[in-house]
Parts: sequence; structure tokens; C-alpha cells
Amino acid sequence: MTEQTIEFSPVMRVSDLNLFYGESQALFGIEMDIPKHQVTALIGPSGCGKSTFLRCLNRMNDLLPIVSINGHISLEDGTDIYEKHQDPIQLRRKIGMIFQKSNPFPKSIYENVVFGLRIAGENRKVVLDAVVEDSLKRAALWDEVKDRLDQSAMGLSGGQMQRLCIARAIAVGPEILLMDEPCSALDPKSTAKIEDLIMELRGKYTIVIVTHNMQQASRVSDYTGFFFEGKLIEFDRTQQIFTNPKNQQTEDYITGRFG
Amino acid sequence: MQSSKREKAYIKKEAKKFWSEGEYNVWFSTLSIGVILLMALTLLVVILINGLGALWASDLALVQTKDGRKYLGEIKQEEQRPGGKGARIQLKIGNRDLYPLDFMWVDHEQIVSISYPKDAVTLEREEYGNFYGFLDNVKSPELQGEKLGFDELSVPAEKAKSLAEEQIAEIRSQADDMESIRLDMLKLTYDDPVDPEIPLLATELDQLKEVFHKTVTVQEKSHVEALQHIASMVDAEGRVRETPMVLIHRYYYPNQMGIGAKMIHYGAKLLELFTDDPRESNTEGGLFPALVGTVTLVFTMSLVSFPLGVMAAVYLREYAREGVMVQIIRVAVNNLAGIPSIVWGIFGLAFFVYVVGGGIDSIFFPERMPTPTFGTGGILWASATLGLLTVPVVIVATEEALGSVPSEIRQGSLALGATQFQTLMRVILPMSSPRIMTGFILAMSRAAGEVAPLMITGVVKLAPALPIDGTFPFFHLERKFMHLGFHIYDVGFQSPNVEAAKPMVFVTTLLLLGVVILMTSASIYLRNRMKKRFTGRTF
Repeated sequence: MTEQTIEFSPVMRVSDLNLFYGESQALFGIEMDIPKHQVTALIGPSGCGKSTFLRCLNRMNDLLPIVSINGHISLEDGTDIYEKHQDPIQLRRKIGMIFQKSNPFPKSIYENVVFGLRIAGENRKVVLDAVVEDSLKRAALWDEVKDRLDQSAMGLSGGQMQRLCIARAIAVGPEILLMDEPCSALDPKSTAKIEDLIMELRGKYTIVIVTHNMQQASRVSDYTGFFFEGKLIEFDRTQQIFTNPKNQQTEDYITGRFG
Repeated sequence: MQSSKREKAYIKKEAKKFWSEGEYNVWFSTLSIGVILLMALTLLVVILINGLGALWASDLALVQTKDGRKYLGEIKQEEQRPGGKGARIQLKIGNRDLYPLDFMWVDHEQIVSISYPKDAVTLEREEYGNFYGFLDNVKSPELQGEKLGFDELSVPAEKAKSLAEEQIAEIRSQADDMESIRLDMLKLTYDDPVDPEIPLLATELDQLKEVFHKTVTVQEKSHVEALQHIASMVDAEGRVRETPMVLIHRYYYPNQMGIGAKMIHYGAKLLELFTDDPRESNTEGGLFPALVGTVTLVFTMSLVSFPLGVMAAVYLREYAREGVMVQIIRVAVNNLAGIPSIVWGIFGLAFFVYVVGGGIDSIFFPERMPTPTFGTGGILWASATLGLLTVPVVIVATEEALGSVPSEIRQGSLALGATQFQTLMRVILPMSSPRIMTGFILAMSRAAGEVAPLMITGVVKLAPALPIDGTFPFFHLERKFMHLGFHIYDVGFQSPNVEAAKPMVFVTTLLLLGVVILMTSASIYLRNRMKKRFTGRTF
């Protein structure tokens, strides 16, 4: 639990969020404000609930029937995303997600990027073409694939696939991007490219990134939250967390004494 | 000395390792695949040799025996008599109308000589099977002169044949017209017995009947005329048999034919196999109706089983909440695959034919009762029965296929704001389509080989009309049909002359195998294309 308030304009407010997998509780009273147009990193040892928390933000946990959630997550305009009338489909268009394992569809590169638009009913070629170019450029992939947009996405390298997934998420025009350990399956060079990309996207999108890599968190993020055993132990500016953590557990984890 | 000792020790060590490391299990698996391959190959070779050999023009051997008799026929096989009594040969002597049996065994020691007379001729007749003998002379009211043969005789005979074909086609179309008027009348009478149109139709029908009888009389007369072109044949022992040329399907001098001529003959027989109707209670002639029946059956079956199975599996895997109920359904589906096919047949008869078909009849064709239209066996009901029979295979394969799509892909689609249905249609089904196809191929080959359920749901020995033809509405799925698998059973086990029918059994088996292989390879080709298209490169 954060002890002091930090000054920023939040895009999402999480308050008193509890999550249960059947009987066992996985998240305990999470209170967190996600800063707008900033990069927020979530760190913590395996099984601490950071990925689970991330998946709460776009209601991906709804897909598991055993999960039950209470608490509130409200958007900028004050709507609670877990309210009964909220449509998770609409929500997920606003909040894109990048997964640990890159998961391009076995379609062409072009079709991968426009997938989100097509399911939303957008089929005008001019619009799609423009979005493809724009998204791929933003994902720093355009120059590498512009000559083979009609080829299968499965022919790309691992790093390219992950950037394609980012482009695919951007194409829908989300406000927030959730990234669940996006670089853990990539080599250092591809990781560096993704990190550069995250830096580029900051300011236009709100990014929440789960990572195991402390260097990565310190390199790319503006704010960092430390999770431990289902609780948010500390949440502060990244610089603050990494140089002068207030909590002993945070310090132990960051300095590598456990975890 | 030293080295050989070391060698021995090494071998011993290796042998011990062979057993302790379980290497021998590999040998067992190799052995089992070998046994399976051997059996399949043996079966295939037997079918191939017998099936492909059946159409070959065999030479005619003139066998003279010690008791002074002569036999002309095809030497079918040679075997050792039991008890070391020497060898014997089997002759197909044909001429079923002259001899009590058209196959006979002749012991080697009885044979005085075997020769192959050049002028021995084989007649494939429309009735009584093959005739082996020699041409004595030909008689025809239209032919005069010396040294006439089959070639001259076949000119008027062909003319008579094509005339007969025309006449029969005319009779058929007149009969069809009469039938449709009769059905119209039935319907009108049923709706309103005093409909003013009924007497009009009745007069029309009477007129047609008159025309019909005239046509029949003409046909009968020309048939009698056609029978006047006669080939007078003698058998090996000089007995005369007069055969009208129109009843001779084909004649050839096998002993004069070279390899080339025999190849041409073989090709002609093959073409006949694919395009002609069967003759001689199915033991001769072509298999065209059975071929059409089989293919139509399998395609119609797919239309039933494929959508049903895929949709059921999609619900089970994607929408149904996992629980006891779903588990029970799954077990039940798996057990359905183990139900004997004859039981499916009985179900098909009771449900599709009597309930569904009978229902259709009583709603749409009540005027035709008690003659059933859909309430009797037909290719539609047989297909539906086979469709149900193969649905478990499709369900199981589809479930596996859907389950094999990685969850990241599903989540990726959902995270982009796709609904579950959109995810299913745009991502999951395309990705699992190759595996679904695999199940479909299995279902198809099972259906193609199934006979028992067909026997009570509409297969017949000889169907008067094809299920697909040129008259509207082109697909007549209520009709009875012929089927290659049933053909095998019928020709092989229901025919009075099993020996004569044997080649046809092999040919039919070969053709059925060919059809199955062709259909499955088409599906496999399709599957591979889907794999390329929908799953991309896998690594």
C-alpha cells in the first residue's frame, strides 16, 4: 500500500481490488493510480500477482470461470470497468494488451494488423491501408516488412513478431497498452528494440508493463510498483524506488537479496 | 587372442545394454509395423492382380482328354490335387446354356493335348454369359453371299440395336409423361374429387396410353426383326448354337490378338466398367450406377455429418461449461462410435425412413399413399444414417483440433476486442481446419466402406435410375441407389454362379478402393493447402 500520494493525473484508478482463484485469494486490496501517458512498470517475484493484476485492467480474467473479483477500477471519466453494464469488448478496444509469448495470427502481416479493425466492422481499404502503415511505423516495423505485407506473419523473427503484436494492438487506437513481460522470450537485441519502442510510445499512450528484468524496469519506466504475495508493497517514481525505496522488502528485492 | 577376448567382452556388454536400456522395444515396434504393412500389401496385391487381370482377354485353349472329349475355354488356374494325385487345371468353358457347369477341373493325366486354335472366338453375350466356340455361318434377311462373318453381320445388328435404343428411350419418356399426369390426377382427386380438370387429364392420359401401346407394338415388332440377324456358332464338340447378333455384346478372337490388340481390348473393357450398366445380374458389364451411387452417397453423407459434427464439437469445446454433463456427453459420443453399424441401419430405417420419410409423405404427398415417396429407403436416408454413424469421428477430431489452438492466440484475439464468436470464426476455426479435415477424411473413408446400414436404408441390387440425372430437379435423393460395397456382397455371395462372378468381385473391390483413395487424397490435398494457408510455418 502506498503511503504517500504522488502528484500526477491518473488514467485509471484502482481501489481496494481483491481477486480470488476459487477459494484462494491472489490479490489483496490493491490501491493504485495509473499515471496518464507514462510508463508504469510492475515488478516482483514470480507468482506475486503482478500479471494477474495486469489482466484485471482489461478484464481478461473474465475468461477464467473460477476467478472472482471485487473492488473498483475506474477510468478517467469515472466509469467503473467492472460495473454490470460495462462491455468488456469495448473496454478491450481501449486497452490493448501485449503478451509474454508473441501471438501473431497465422495470417498475413497485413491481416494481423487490421484484425482489430475488421472485427470492429471497418473494411474500407483506404482506411485499413493507412492504419497498417501508421501502426507498423509506430511499432518500428514498417521498413522491415513493407515489401511483404501479404506474407504470413509466421515467417517473421521472434522480435519482429512481438513488434507486430504491438502494431496490432496500436492499430485499434487504444489509450492504454498493457504489456505482460513482452521481452522475456526475446534475445537482447530484440529486447533493446522493444525498449526503444516503449520509449517512443510514451507520451502518446499509457503503458503498464510487467517485467522480471529490473534493469528494464529502471530503463523504460517512469513509475514502478512492487508486488509481493498479492499485495502492492510500494508504488513510486522509478528513480525513487530504485535509489531510495521506503520499504525494506522492496530494497531486499531490488538489491537481489531475495526473489 | 587378447583382442578377441576384449571383443567378446565388448559384445557381451553391448548385448546387456540392449536389454537393460530397453532397446528391444524398438525392435518390437518395428516388427509390428512390418506385420501390418505385410498384411496390407498382401491384400492389396491380391486385389490388384485379380482385379486388373479380370478384364484381360485370355487365350482360348482347346483341351482334348483321354476319354475323347474336347473342351474349349480359358485356363483359369492350375493346382496340385490334394493327396499327391498330380496337378489339375481349371477351365472356364462358358456356354452356360449348353453345359451344366461353366467351370470344370481337368486332371493333367487326363489331358491328351492342349492347342490354341486361331479361329476360336469369345462371345460376350447379353444372356447366359460367355460363349466359347467357332463361327459356323451367319444368317440375316439383309445379307446374302459367301464368307460372311461377324463384321458383316454387325452392320445390320448395330442398326437394329440403335433403333431399339431409340425406341426404348421413347417408351421411357412416354411412361414418364403418363406417370406425371397420373400423379397430377391423384393430387387433384385428393384435393377435390370433382375438380373439372380431372376428366381433361383423364382423356389426355388415355390418348397418351394409346400412343404408348402403339409404340410398344412397334418396338416389339422391331425386336423380333432384330433377332433375325443370327450368328450360328459351334462349340468344341460341334454342337450348334444360334445366337442373335443383337444379343452379342462383344466378340473377339483372343488367340489372334497380339499384345497391342489385347491392350486396346482391355482399355475398351475398362471404359465399359466406368460408363456402362451391369449385365447378367451384375456379374458382367460396367459399374457406372454403383460408382455414381457410392460417390453421391459419400458426398451427401458429408453434408450431414460435417456441419453436425463440427457444430456439436464447437459447442462442447467452446461454449459448454466444463462439468459432469459435458463429460457424460463426451463419453456418450465416444461410445456412439462403437455401436455396430447394422444398429445404425435399423435406427435409420425406423427414424429416417419411417418417421421422417413417412412424415414427409403424409404432409406433402398424401395423395400417393399407400405408395411411399420418401417413406421408403433411398439415398437421402442412407446418407443421413451414415452421417450419424460418422458424426462421432468428426466430433472427436474437431474437439481435438479446437483444443490444439494455443490459448495465447485466443487471448490475443479477445484482447483486441473480438467477441468469442468472432475469435472462433476468424481465428480458431481456420487454424484448426486442417485437423478437422483429418477427422473428416477418416469419417469419409469409413462411410465409403460401410455396407450393412445401407442394406436396410435403400441400397438395391439394380437401380432403375441414377440418383443424379438430367431431369429436373437433377438430384433425386429419394431414389434407391447402387453401391460398390453392396455390389461386392451381392455379386460375391448372392450370385448363383459364384465362380463366374469372382472376377467382378475383385474388380469392384479394386474400384471401391480406388474411389476411397481418390476421395481421401483429394481431401488430403485440400488439408495440406489449408495447413499452408491457415497455420503458416510451424517451428
